[in-house]
Amino acid sequence: MSSDPFERPRAADGRAPDVFKMGGWIPMRQNRDGDEVDFAIVGTGAGGGTLAARLAEKGFSVVAFDAGPYFRPLEDFASDETAQEKLYWNDPRVVEGADPIVMGGKNSGKTVGGSMVHFAMVSLRFRPEWFKSRSTLGYGADWPIGWEEMWRYYDQVEKDLSISGPINYPWGPPRPRYPYRPHPLNAAAEVLARGCEAMGMKWTPTPLATVSAPRGEAHPCVYRGFCRFGCSTNAKQSTLNTYIPRAIRAGAEIRDLAMVGRIETDARDRATGVHYHRDGRWRFQKARNVIVAGYAVESPRLLLNSATDRHRHGLANGSGLVGKYLMTQPNQAVYGKSKDEIRWNKGPPSLAITEHWNYDDRKDFDGGYCWMGQGPLPIEWAKTVTASRGIWGDELRLAMQDYNYQVGVKMVGECMPSEANTVTLADQKDRYGLPVAKVTFGWSDNDKALIRHALDQMEMSLEAAGVTDLFRQEEDANHLGGTVRMGDDRRTSVVDADCRSWDVPNLFVCDGSVFPTVGGVNPSLTIQAIALRTADRIEQLAARGDI
Amino acid sequence: MTERSFPGYDVLDKRDTPSWNDATRDAIDERLKVPREPRFFSSDEFATLEAVCGRILPQPADRADPVPIAAYVDAKIFSGQLDGYRFDKLPPQGEAWRIGLAALDHEARDRHGARFRDLGRADRDGILRDMQQGRLEGDHWKGMPLKLFFTKRVVHDVTDAYYGHPTAWSEIGFGGPASPRGYVRMDKNRRDPWEAAEGKPGEEERALKENRHVV
Repeated sequence: MSSDPFERPRAADGRAPDVFKMGGWIPMRQNRDGDEVDFAIVGTGAGGGTLAARLAEKGFSVVAFDAGPYFRPLEDFASDETAQEKLYWNDPRVVEGADPIVMGGKNSGKTVGGSMVHFAMVSLRFRPEWFKSRSTLGYGADWPIGWEEMWRYYDQVEKDLSISGPINYPWGPPRPRYPYRPHPLNAAAEVLARGCEAMGMKWTPTPLATVSAPRGEAHPCVYRGFCRFGCSTNAKQSTLNTYIPRAIRAGAEIRDLAMVGRIETDARDRATGVHYHRDGRWRFQKARNVIVAGYAVESPRLLLNSATDRHRHGLANGSGLVGKYLMTQPNQAVYGKSKDEIRWNKGPPSLAITEHWNYDDRKDFDGGYCWMGQGPLPIEWAKTVTASRGIWGDELRLAMQDYNYQVGVKMVGECMPSEANTVTLADQKDRYGLPVAKVTFGWSDNDKALIRHALDQMEMSLEAAGVTDLFRQEEDANHLGGTVRMGDDRRTSVVDADCRSWDVPNLFVCDGSVFPTVGGVNPSLTIQAIALRTADRIEQLAARGDI
Repeated sequence: MTERSFPGYDVLDKRDTPSWNDATRDAIDERLKVPREPRFFSSDEFATLEAVCGRILPQPADRADPVPIAAYVDAKIFSGQLDGYRFDKLPPQGEAWRIGLAALDHEARDRHGARFRDLGRADRDGILRDMQQGRLEGDHWKGMPLKLFFTKRVVHDVTDAYYGHPTAWSEIGFGGPASPRGYVRMDKNRRDPWEAAEGKPGEEERALKENRHVV
């Protein structure tokens, strides 16, 4: 077959892996380090991968770097929780605070395609009011972008990924029918539906980025259920098998196993390129513009690690806010036992959802949340059971034998932005000699109230659905946001509506770290919509000589 | 609680079926070849580690080839594979385990005048339970927060190893690897012919027969 993707870069010698064929290749245009390319993009996930495609399609020269390997799902992905840990950012990070965030699988990726390669495919739009939550709902901060504009970009990304979803989505302003039909419910999703109906709440098949019919070289989903460990059949529409092949076709270059350690700036406070580690040595790529898309930990880390005498507190940090307002979404759950065999490992884990509490404002706390069906595989399930119930020994071994009868629902909630939750630099260095990130986090009182409310509601719904032996998973968090927030005032934000740094005009940050508020739904679709918008804005700015 | 059974079901029977792709076969073959001798821990530490694993996840006495849990813990640390995060209050994985294992022996000597591995089940469980509740103290713990170490290191590592093993998948009736075949019957109380059949009371014979054909 072909080489070990960790051993040496695959995207080299004028070609890149063809993700749709075992051992396959596609031609790729390459640039020399000394060529001043239009855009050096750091990260190839939902933000960077999407931008690479759109900027290349608009005729810009692009080199996109990823610290991780370039996989071909068909030959590299096992159906196995342990083996697929290779998709995660497993380099050291120090976590601390009242509620330390467990990093790794749930919130970071280190592979071409980023964490979309192992995301659960849940593709939701923000509630419109969230873009102006300060003005319309009285909490958090307003985005410098309005929902009507975002709605257009959501349309575009849903088409680009052939999202499978219902004909009519029950919440929010009208939206077009989803491009592909919804997936059938599994038994776990039916329990969610039953619970919602008993409580008088709407529910719907979840809009998912896994195809329900053939699409190009991607086959329909086969319901193997290992989605969160990489899709080995290419049904999942991640950046790896959508925007990245598009980017390469349009002339972009992807560099795998290429860790960017520092952004270089000149005496005029303009970025001149990036220092990156590849093939065992540090190199420098010249670029007219730099886009950082490393997500809410690596993006601020890179800006902080790029400090100079002129930028003592890190690059783009005139506001002092780089690394601040870190958010993570509450991901608590309620689980129990069904009298029926559920076998929740079959199919995508979250085939049904209710967004009821995102659209009902009769609550005594700020923010909203949704909940969805679950299908944890054995290792994750064992972790949930042991951490939530404190059991071990014979009791644990017997409890695990109920695996095929377990069922549950899990929230994705809105955490309030707080300046005290941060990403900073630790004393510890990583294998590249770069200071690692220190992630400090604690829930606010409002977050705790939201979590309590969600746990109560989820528990009631499962009880109503006839589920017994209920227990709560009170400790869990997932998607990140914040740390490089966008805004319309340079004193209170790091980037503007176009994801452009207020301080360094040819430096952009485009990923989940720009979120001023994190919303109560999974963020990937919003990250991609912002990336599409940023590409259009860059084109407009370039056309009038502003880039 | 009673033991469920999936008579005759072995996930490994599906190794050469369309439920396993080459990448899966490589990964599991490699896992089953884990060296049984420690490479990170000393043989003394390893014996204590095995005694801990045996209580966190006691395996049936009649199991011919028990899952070598301690060997997986050792192999992970030896290979330098990281978790992607470290609680600021805990030392790195290998160091935390070394401190913990030495401290368990210390507790065992103080309490019972014997090494941890030489204690009976109830005495071992007593010490582990006190560790889980954070009720142990002394310089030998080197300031490690016990509850955190117990939940996020000890139980975490032991369950990672055990429930990543085909023997455990067969024990809980999990279908195991599923690529490229996947699944068809997603409704409640439906099983694809290549899934485990449970030997519910009165159905043991049928389950045994069905589990011979999960390929």
